[in-house]
This record gives sequence, C-alpha cells and structure tokens, in this order.
Amino acid sequence: MEMRSPMGRALGLGSARSGFGHWWGQRLSAAALVLLGLWFAVSVLGLVSTDYWAVAAWAGEPLHAILLVLFLGTLLYHSSLGIQVVIEDYVHGPVAHVAALVVNRFVHVVLAVAGAWSVIALSAGGQA
Amino acid sequence: MAEFRLPANSRIQPGREHKAPAGAGRVRRFHIYRYDPDSGANPRIDTYEIDLDRCGPMVLDALIKIKNEIDTTLTFRRSCREGICGSCAMNIDGGNTLACTQAIGDIGGDVKIYPLPHMSVVKDLVPDLTNFYAQYASIKPWLQTRTPAPPDRERLQSKEEQEKIDSPSACILCACCSASCPSYWWNSDRYLGPATLLAAYRWLVDSRDEATGERLDDLEDPFRLYRCHTIMNCTMTCPKGLNPARAIAGIKQMIAERKL
Repeated sequence: MEMRSPMGRALGLGSARSGFGHWWGQRLSAAALVLLGLWFAVSVLGLVSTDYWAVAAWAGEPLHAILLVLFLGTLLYHSSLGIQVVIEDYVHGPVAHVAALVVNRFVHVVLAVAGAWSVIALSAGGQA
Repeated sequence: MAEFRLPANSRIQPGREHKAPAGAGRVRRFHIYRYDPDSGANPRIDTYEIDLDRCGPMVLDALIKIKNEIDTTLTFRRSCREGICGSCAMNIDGGNTLACTQAIGDIGGDVKIYPLPHMSVVKDLVPDLTNFYAQYASIKPWLQTRTPAPPDRERLQSKEEQEKIDSPSACILCACCSASCPSYWWNSDRYLGPATLLAAYRWLVDSRDEATGERLDDLEDPFRLYRCHTIMNCTMTCPKGLNPARAIAGIKQMIAERKL
C-alpha cells in the first residue's frame, strides 16, 4: 500500500539535470546523416553493375574510406540514441529497463567496431 | 512493458438502451461509457436516444438532459458551461475536448463519449486527476523573485513582455492535451506532460520571474521534459486553441541556449 503524497510521487527522485546531450546528439547526427546518406546513396548507385574488386578499389580511396567509417559510425550512433528512446518509452520495470538499455549500447558498439573493421579490411585490399 | 490492452476488469461490455419517447423529432444516439467501481462490474457502454428538438446545442446540454430526465446515475464533472473552468473535459467523437463547447451538430452520426483516455476512472466520465494536479504544482506555478516588490505599485511589464505570457496563461488545466499524449500515456509517472510543461513555459517567459535557471534545472530530465517527441496531439486537441508543443520546443530551446 502506497501512502506517499501525490506531490511526493510527482517529484520522485528529482531532476536528472541531463537529457540535452541526447537530444542535441540526435539532431546533429540526423543532420550529418542527411549529407552522408546522400553521398552514400549516390556512390552506391555509381557502383551498381561493377564487381567486388571495383568496390574494394573505390573504398581504398582515403576520402571514401573515411566517409564510409563516418557514415557507419553516425548511423549507429543515431540508431543507438533512437532505440534508447523506444526502450525508455515502452520498456518498464527496473530490471528489464536497465537490461534493455545495456544490450542496446553493447550491440551498437559491437556493430560500429565491426563496421569500421569491415571498411578497413575492404579498403586495404579486399581480402576479407 | 507499456500496456496496449486494457486489463480484464476494464474491458468494455455492451450496456443498456434508453429509447427516445414516441413522437420524438430529430433523434440522435449517444453512446456513453459507464463505470461504477463499487458495483464490481466491468465498464459498459449505455446508449441514450435524445430528441435534439428538446435539447440544447452542446454535448454538455445532452449530458445534463440525460442526467435530469433519463438516468440520474450518470456521473460527470461540469461547472461553467462556457469553456473556462475545464471541468467537463472528456473524449467525445474520438478526441479530447470540452463537452460544453463541443456542438452536437458538428459530430457526424452517433455521439460516442468516453472519459479522458489512459487515466484511472473514478466513476463514469470522471477521471482521477490527482497525479496531473500534483505534477502541475510540482513546477511551482507562481512568481518567484529575489527583487522585493516595489512598495508602491505592481511589478511592471512592457506590453511585449506581457504578450509573451498571454497565450500560455490562457490554459484552463482541463487535461485534454496531457490525456491525448502517447508519451504521457506510457510514462505519466515521470513525464510531466504538455499541460504542466506549458505552465512551466508560462513562468519561464514571464519577464518578472527570477527563477528561470532553477526552473530549467528542474525540467532538464530525460523523462520530465524530453519524453516529448513532438507528436503534437496536444496542440491538435487543445479546446482553447493553445500550442503546448511549441511551448515545449521553447523550453528545449532555452536549455540549448544555456548549454551551447
């Protein structure tokens, strides 16, 4: 039985005094993704009907490799922030909530590292 | 997880039919949510046929007619009947609005009336607004200053300064907006909701208030403020034509200004 006052419940644990970083990061990464996404889409269209080695050579250009890593990193950062919001909205209960947030972070970091490695492997000669 | 289905004891059953008297002219059917926690029964939808030739033009007129003439057990809040007290906020024809300013003639077909969504129901169309009011009180909705008031007159504002609080202070706290917000449905224990944030904004932009920093400190929180995802149901549904979504964007902008 809960005897706490409505005001006590409304105030809860107080303000976290954060949240701006997440909000700002989401918007900045969205703006970056518009530019990087356009570049990526146009580039991929230009590589249609070429073979694997042509793609590897294209990715071997330093500028392309850098932009590819940036694109993947920004995409996964943005995705991690977005899925965090979905979890905070819908996954309730202290254990499930925190567990989901941890899994979300881990999966995105693993994907980001794997993505960066793939680009490096591809651009370094395409043996992967 | 968020609950997308009503609990078993909240699922709505068919209810009673109250036919219009013989010889009634323009008959409209009103389907009204009924729930009495003391009875132990599930909620039901009762249907009332109303002769519009013998009823006032607004939905509240029909509710009062039903309570006076057909079924005295129907329970709802109402007071001013002119859109300024906010008591008769309910879900009419699928949207949250005030029964007293919603014309029956503007609704096509049968009129469906439910309590404000995703609030505990006290009885019939009366939702429990305890948490809503506590959240409103929690943002200290009053003038906070360090400068003492002038001894001989009011604290002055320019015309432009007054205009900034004109619209947000027109909020009547009917809760239509908060009860229309999915973020508030899923997280009303931690998210303040559009009505309370509009009130917070009203004090943030008040030129006489000197607690802006403390107010922003208390609002900057992933749940209290940033649960707003700009869905804008609040602005769409506000019976006073206010724009809580823009006020919330204004708060986020103020926080950005002091961080960047």
